[in-house]
Amino acid sequence: MGATGHPVAGRDGLAVLDAEEIRRALTRIAHEILERTHGGDGVVLLGIPTRGVPLARRLAARIGEFEGLEVPCGSLDVTMHRDDLRFRPARALGRTDLPRSGVDGKTVVLVDDVLYSGRTVRAALDALTDLGRPRAVQLAVLVDRGHRELPIRADYVGKNLPTSQREVVHVLLAEVDAQDAVVISDEGRPS
Amino acid sequence: MSPTKASWLIKGAAVAGPGDRGSTDLLLAGGAITAIGTGLSDAGAQVLDAAGLIALPGLVDLHTHLREPGREDAETVETGTRAAALGGFTAVHAMANTEPVADTAGVVEQVWRLGRAAGFCDVRPVGAVTVGLAGTRLAELGTMADSAARVRVFSDDGRCVADPLLMRRALEYVKAFDGVIAQHAQDPRLTEGAQLNEGEISGRLGLAGWPAVAEEAIIARDCLLAAHVGSALHVCHVSTAGSAEIIRWAKSKGWPVTAEVTPHHLLLTDELAVGYDPVFKVNPPLRTAADVAELRRALADGTIDCVATDHAPHPVEAKETEWAEAAFGMTGLETALRVVQQAMVDTGLLDWPGVADRMSVRPARIGRLTGHGALLAVGGPANLTLYDPAAPAEPVGTVGASKSRNTPFAGMPLPGRVVATFLRGTPTVLDGKLV
Amino acid sequence: MKRHLISAADLSRGDALLILDTAEELASLADRPIKKLPTLRGRTVVNLFFEDSTRTRISFEAAAKRLSADVINFSAKGSSVAKGESLKDTALTLEAMGADAVVIRHSASGAAHRLAGWVRGSVVNAGDGTHEHPTQALLDAFTIRRRLKAAAARGSGLDGIRVTIVGDVLHSRVARSNVLLLSTLGAEVTLAAPPTLLPLAVDTWPCAVSYDLDTELPKSDVVMMLRVQTERMTAAYFPSVREYSRRYGLDAARMARLPDHAIVMHPGPMNRGVEIAAEVADSTRSTIVEQVANGVTTRMAVLYLLLGGTEFPEVAR
Repeated sequence: MGATGHPVAGRDGLAVLDAEEIRRALTRIAHEILERTHGGDGVVLLGIPTRGVPLARRLAARIGEFEGLEVPCGSLDVTMHRDDLRFRPARALGRTDLPRSGVDGKTVVLVDDVLYSGRTVRAALDALTDLGRPRAVQLAVLVDRGHRELPIRADYVGKNLPTSQREVVHVLLAEVDAQDAVVISDEGRPS
Repeated sequence: MSPTKASWLIKGAAVAGPGDRGSTDLLLAGGAITAIGTGLSDAGAQVLDAAGLIALPGLVDLHTHLREPGREDAETVETGTRAAALGGFTAVHAMANTEPVADTAGVVEQVWRLGRAAGFCDVRPVGAVTVGLAGTRLAELGTMADSAARVRVFSDDGRCVADPLLMRRALEYVKAFDGVIAQHAQDPRLTEGAQLNEGEISGRLGLAGWPAVAEEAIIARDCLLAAHVGSALHVCHVSTAGSAEIIRWAKSKGWPVTAEVTPHHLLLTDELAVGYDPVFKVNPPLRTAADVAELRRALADGTIDCVATDHAPHPVEAKETEWAEAAFGMTGLETALRVVQQAMVDTGLLDWPGVADRMSVRPARIGRLTGHGALLAVGGPANLTLYDPAAPAEPVGTVGASKSRNTPFAGMPLPGRVVATFLRGTPTVLDGKLV
Repeated sequence: MKRHLISAADLSRGDALLILDTAEELASLADRPIKKLPTLRGRTVVNLFFEDSTRTRISFEAAAKRLSADVINFSAKGSSVAKGESLKDTALTLEAMGADAVVIRHSASGAAHRLAGWVRGSVVNAGDGTHEHPTQALLDAFTIRRRLKAAAARGSGLDGIRVTIVGDVLHSRVARSNVLLLSTLGAEVTLAAPPTLLPLAVDTWPCAVSYDLDTELPKSDVVMMLRVQTERMTAAYFPSVREYSRRYGLDAARMARLPDHAIVMHPGPMNRGVEIAAEVADSTRSTIVEQVANGVTTRMAVLYLLLGGTEFPEVAR
């Protein structure tokens, strides 16, 4: 574990991962993907908006550095497949951008920032099914905070972070938030 | 009904008329006012405490639609005159656009008899100007004038007498028996399919416009005709500022022109159409705030002679539909005096003697109606209305004596309350309820 | 967004952009093997068409079905309405069937307003008399944005784009909705028509007015032609179809005077040879065919945003 303990500028809460630790986690995940897919053969990275998308791009970049391999990368919006649509006003959609090579017969690695109840991933699997038929689907997440509500597990995890359901986990990424950090705050809200 | 022939002692009313007649007593007996003064008493009379109430001569409506014969689903002479009595009216002129049209002695006598039988107020039938309101040939105006109904006001209301030659002939013809032609001014060609005042709102709502000029051009023409042949013209439901100006001009020339305005045109504008609720659909249509302001001024200075309700009842299905399919018209008998108080008295434009003049004296004169429209005086007929102007403003309900519910004032708080109405000394309304 | 879409004035700039951006995202659905999303599964959309309009009805039907909604089509011909059933009774029947949304097309202005007072679901106005046709304006705005902004379309409005709408504005619900929506999105709208076909108070509308089409053409990024009914001639709106066409018709010569990038639009159906020449309708500038596809996408966005989220609480209107 090892929380660094110093508060991150602009947020209350404890930083549990700083930029350096995030960088190392992504490097490790990139290597693991290459190992488990026999050198990245037929791999497509699909980030789940919002922050899954820059994470997928970073992974693609690292794989490119290590192996000189260009891994197709895109985004998969899951809004229309969510199971909680009826409980909030209709949300704006994120972008779905599939690489030209498509997903049929590929090993799709879904990329997201936080794995929690597993419902987002369930929605992503449904969305993916309507787009084509991958050979296999794997899941890479930066943070796994536990409290699964569905039988879903990640193949690649940056950090396991046991949390209580009263806590909120924020992943900040430079592309979106101008800094890299993972912060936990106790906002007293149930999930 | 309560015991007839009883005499009544009305105590402490403010009698609307010339001079400041503060708290006054009136004694009604045998259908007449037998005494007016202070400290009156009469052992045999029923007493009505009228402290704080205004005593007006019984109101006279020059323009009502009683719908009978033919449209009894909307109103009958009985229900319409009950509504009239609740509104403080002792006489109403029943317009001729019934089914069959009141263009013969037979129909006008029928309506007159129905009014007498019901007994809530005097009904003076209006005769049609043209046969079937078709605008092509004159109806038997003389025969109607000679009938038991003694018709003096003739109108094709609902339709305009558009043919200028026919209008001229009608104006000339009624001179023989001191009749008056009451014109519904609406050029038919300029208003084909019209739904709402032509203006910013109609353009925005996509409803065909009813331009002001379609009313004003006919009024101008008819004033000139009336002057040319020397006969009496009455203009129904004036709705635009331009119409009021034309009438002012005609009167300044001394021409025999009179005019009326409805209560709703003194208060409501076309803005109300924005939700497409056809309760606000009426002919002539509601106009702009500038028109409302000018109509109020014209009524105040007498350019417009009187208030006439144009009470137009319609069954629910005629109004609960798309705007274009809905019937034109609003009820008005029961709310008229309250609307006039709101629009004219409470704004300081007209005082209560002025209300007596515009809602009783002048309409009776224009209708050539005897027995009504006289300021309250000893020896005069005991037709009077007791009104409480200080009653707290209550929202108007839709349920009343009229069979129909199409009032545009539903839910709107209006001041005042008609407390009692007396028709020839017999109360038709006491404590705001029919007797 | 409000519960109903009855007038283009119901949409703020934010609402309109949300619809257009959502449509942008949904457009790619047409390229996928499975052209369906599960979002409105179990919802019922009723198409209540009192006026014949196969094109618009099919567009709404396709939009609803692609979102997995159930669709019930009600057309006035040969129905209880033809036997004199009132709009209110038809509305109450739909209520009893549990319609989540009612798409209504009717020949009376204000019909959608009235219906909204009688049903609990959402009402989408598919054209009421001469009042409005908001989804047409949305698909028009979407088409303009895609054509003129291409890759930069997402998230942007129509600021500074000059649109000229030509024809019978007085009787056009498409014109009313477009003037409102396009100006909300920042476009500069000009109406070009003979004075008889413009509403009296058009100077209060958020647009400019011109009686001369030729002066407007070189300054237009978009020319939108409205259908002119030849019956208007007998009511003396213009002397003859020939004169109307000569003064306000878009022929090849006029099209050549447009800026190179300018596009030509028409809500359909067209009177070829009256307001628009055949070669103009068939040229590459013309968006008439893609307006149809864009109609399905925009209507999907509207249905999703009205029905795809929380049930609306009973709101006083």
